[in-house]
Amino acid sequence: MKVKMLLAVFLLLAICSNSYAQDTTAEGDTTAISVDSLRLPAPPGNLSGRDKPNDHGHAIILDWELSPDDGGGSNSVLRYDIYKWVPQLMLDINLVRDSIIIIQKIIRKTTDGIEEGSQADSMLKVFSKFSKDELFDIRNRLTDHIKAENEGLAEASKSYPENGAWLFIDKKPSGTKTFDHIGSKEFKSKGFVPDYADLYYRVDAVTITGAKASSEIFGPIQSSGQWYNTYRTPVVFSVFLFTILTVFYVMRAKQGADLYVRPLGGIEAVDDAIGRATEMGRPILYVLGLGSAADIATIASFTILGRVAKKVAEYQTELLVPTYDPIVMTVAQEVVKSAYLDAGRPDAYKEDTVHFVTQSQFAYVAAVNGIMLRELPATNVYMGKFFAESLILAETGALAGSIQISGTDEIAQIPFFIVACDYTLIGEELYAASAYLGKDPVLLGSLKAQDYAKAAIIILAVIGVIVAQFDFGHYYVDLFEVVN
Amino acid sequence: MKRQLPFLLVFIFGAFMTIQYYVPHESSEFVYTFLLDWTMIIGIFALALGIWSLYHVSVDKIQHKKENWIYSYVTLFGLFIMVVFGFSYKVGDSWGMYPLFVIALMALLYCLIHASISRSKGFWLGLSGAALAVSFGVAFFDDSWKLAFMTSEGLKNTMFTNFADFVLTPILATMFALLAFFIASAAYRAFRARNVLASLLLIAAIIVMLRFNPYMPFGLPELVAETSSWLMNVPNLAAQRAIVIGIGLGIVATSLKVILGIERGYMGKG
Repeated sequence: MKVKMLLAVFLLLAICSNSYAQDTTAEGDTTAISVDSLRLPAPPGNLSGRDKPNDHGHAIILDWELSPDDGGGSNSVLRYDIYKWVPQLMLDINLVRDSIIIIQKIIRKTTDGIEEGSQADSMLKVFSKFSKDELFDIRNRLTDHIKAENEGLAEASKSYPENGAWLFIDKKPSGTKTFDHIGSKEFKSKGFVPDYADLYYRVDAVTITGAKASSEIFGPIQSSGQWYNTYRTPVVFSVFLFTILTVFYVMRAKQGADLYVRPLGGIEAVDDAIGRATEMGRPILYVLGLGSAADIATIASFTILGRVAKKVAEYQTELLVPTYDPIVMTVAQEVVKSAYLDAGRPDAYKEDTVHFVTQSQFAYVAAVNGIMLRELPATNVYMGKFFAESLILAETGALAGSIQISGTDEIAQIPFFIVACDYTLIGEELYAASAYLGKDPVLLGSLKAQDYAKAAIIILAVIGVIVAQFDFGHYYVDLFEVVN
Repeated sequence: MKRQLPFLLVFIFGAFMTIQYYVPHESSEFVYTFLLDWTMIIGIFALALGIWSLYHVSVDKIQHKKENWIYSYVTLFGLFIMVVFGFSYKVGDSWGMYPLFVIALMALLYCLIHASISRSKGFWLGLSGAALAVSFGVAFFDDSWKLAFMTSEGLKNTMFTNFADFVLTPILATMFALLAFFIASAAYRAFRARNVLASLLLIAAIIVMLRFNPYMPFGLPELVAETSSWLMNVPNLAAQRAIVIGIGLGIVATSLKVILGIERGYMGKG
């Protein structure tokens, strides 16, 4: 079997090498045929390039001056073709990449995009003779081959201009003076651009008749990844200042400073709502929303759930927590279990208090609405990340006659909750709730830091409004610019 | 150690993720992707726990004959049958004995449910064994269909696609469509002119609704359109941005508290 496979690979490489050689020659011939000295446009000038800043590498930015015939002179330039010089090794690797694509097509039983009599068709015929298992094996071997060969690309690129060819990369319309060559970082991809390898470029001005004039060749240049994104400096600076502010107020709180936090109606109502449920002998429904355990809103909701569960355990009321995400379910189970333990009622904890329903948004809504209408909970608490289901849940709860407390950081859902619920925590109040519930001075310290940060933002915004009226206003705006 | 180790891990990975945001280098991206892959792996294991939880809650409902307990059978059979359909596909022209295979598996599920809740456990477990043997027998001898656990061919199974396209999708669309009626009832409650502020809200809402109403019998006065745009782009947007700034700071503060181990509520240690 191995011999068969090797034969196939050699046959494939032989077929493809010939085809590629023909392709490359054809490219050269076309240029030669279209050269008509009378109609040749003036070439683009001063081609230059630089490594794309603040990226992961594999990208070069090219700049050039427009051909005098672009928008002027004979005004005949239609577009610019961008070429990159690649060593023969890269061409060989591309052949292997093509063969992997063909193998994938055979495995998936599709021949889409393969024309009869083409080079790909020849490959298809060769590989079709193999079984599925053999094809998987060949594919893996070829992938390993590419990986190994890529190591030699940097060395091979030093052979310029010998032993290589110009590859067409992209075309840009007339009037364009720059091009970002964003290559792939995946060595398996055909658009792969190796880092720390010499790269050479040229740009051709092309007329409507196909006549081309090449710029001077630019190179060598190397692409590389950066270790710091300077575009994000304003974010670093802001986060650093805010961290200092937070740590300062946490320290102050630890030293016993009296920190005032304004009352949050929604949180103060939690105790009353639990008391109401106890008196009515009905359960409390706690909905954590559709967020994952990684969402900050869900993390804040876990803390509030812990406080609610502790009170529920003390009052011996029933708690229902249907969840949307299995990881959220696991964490919520741990939170509720610990709360029952803290309340001195570990025996009252039931595993099914927190249970999984489904990961389908509206199926989850149907299930929770069903619980609301069957169990008629005295209190519904919605804390976390909510989307289109927010109003369906809250309105059903209102129809069932439950007291409803909600909190979310999803701006679009806040109005729905305000309308349908008795108390709503708006945005950041959700995060503040955990600190407020616990009255822990350390947690309250961070709330103070948030308040002062907000004050600073208001002052900066007011200064911005004033400064923007003057010519030099853009300097101030530039200080806060963050490029993604 | 049992308490400290999770906090140490949170600190290490939290700090890494914070720094990673400022490092565009490929190595940083690789570690980031690697960690995200791990969360997916954990999610898959957690899903098994979730399904077990769903099974447990449904069986509990059946056992105690709670309100609408009969629908718990629908939940469990629906869950199980879609899993079976998703892992099997037709090879020949007909499905052969596939219906018998599915019925045997449904019987197996029914027997397992009753083995969990009935006093005569042995009897139901015996029946479960018989149902399992039948399903194995059919799967082994019938060549007209196959089981596919490692490929996605089962997802093209017509049984699977028909249930998904003609049962599940319309049901979900129906649930979503309910939103229109709930918006109407919520709007009715919100726009009652009880005091000055509520009256202002009502007037603003009428202007915006008029602006977006496609069935206006007469031309909309320019003033209404301009007022509506102003309401949406100035006071509404200003309030939204204020909330967004607050949320942003809240997220940074909460993340800091989590990374530094100040906020421990999510671990049940408030």
